[in-house]
Amino acid sequence: MLIAATTAILITMLLALTRGILGPTLYDRILAANMLGTKTVLIIAVLGFITGRPAFLDVALVYALINFIGVIAVLKYFEYGSLHHAEKHDTPDEEQP
Amino acid sequence: MQSVLVILEWICLLGGSFFLLVGGIGILRFPDLFTRFHATSVSDTMGAGLILTGLMIETLVQQHGFTPLVKLLMIAVFLMITSPSATHALAKAAIHGGVKPRLADRAKAQDDENGADR
Repeated sequence: MLIAATTAILITMLLALTRGILGPTLYDRILAANMLGTKTVLIIAVLGFITGRPAFLDVALVYALINFIGVIAVLKYFEYGSLHHAEKHDTPDEEQP
Repeated sequence: MQSVLVILEWICLLGGSFFLLVGGIGILRFPDLFTRFHATSVSDTMGAGLILTGLMIETLVQQHGFTPLVKLLMIAVFLMITSPSATHALAKAAIHGGVKPRLADRAKAQDDENGADR
């Protein structure tokens, strides 16, 4: 059954990768990358149980954290144009002394 | 008792695989960005939740101990929190970026057609 779950996760990753390559807008690609990251967490966990080493779960946990932070960082970059000074996007103050 | 746990694990893993495949087909086939969010959330909540539940039962069957169970629970809770918030941020960024839902355009187009018919 673990092999069947691995196969399903791999097929889903292929479908998400196809959407990431085809995707008409930027946000489709980010969505596909996010889904690919979630499925990577799952496949790391399942592969840890297949090989009999549940210590792989640490890697899966760290990958989940990094995936979320990465998606949020990419979104912030493309929404505001930079990774800092996000609050001053609408009203850029030019009163530099 | 052991066989009941194994059957439960099979049901969870097969159900999770089914929802993952449904989400994958949905993200490929749906016509719009905002409908693709729906497919992604299906595979991120039901698929990942069921597969992680199956793995938790696997730790009980294989008697790996207490630590993998807690780690799997942490991964499940973290995915349940972060996946909807990432989707929310993505939808907000898409709206800011000027992506319109397709149904809004279609409703407007139908209104225009009806107006033209009258």
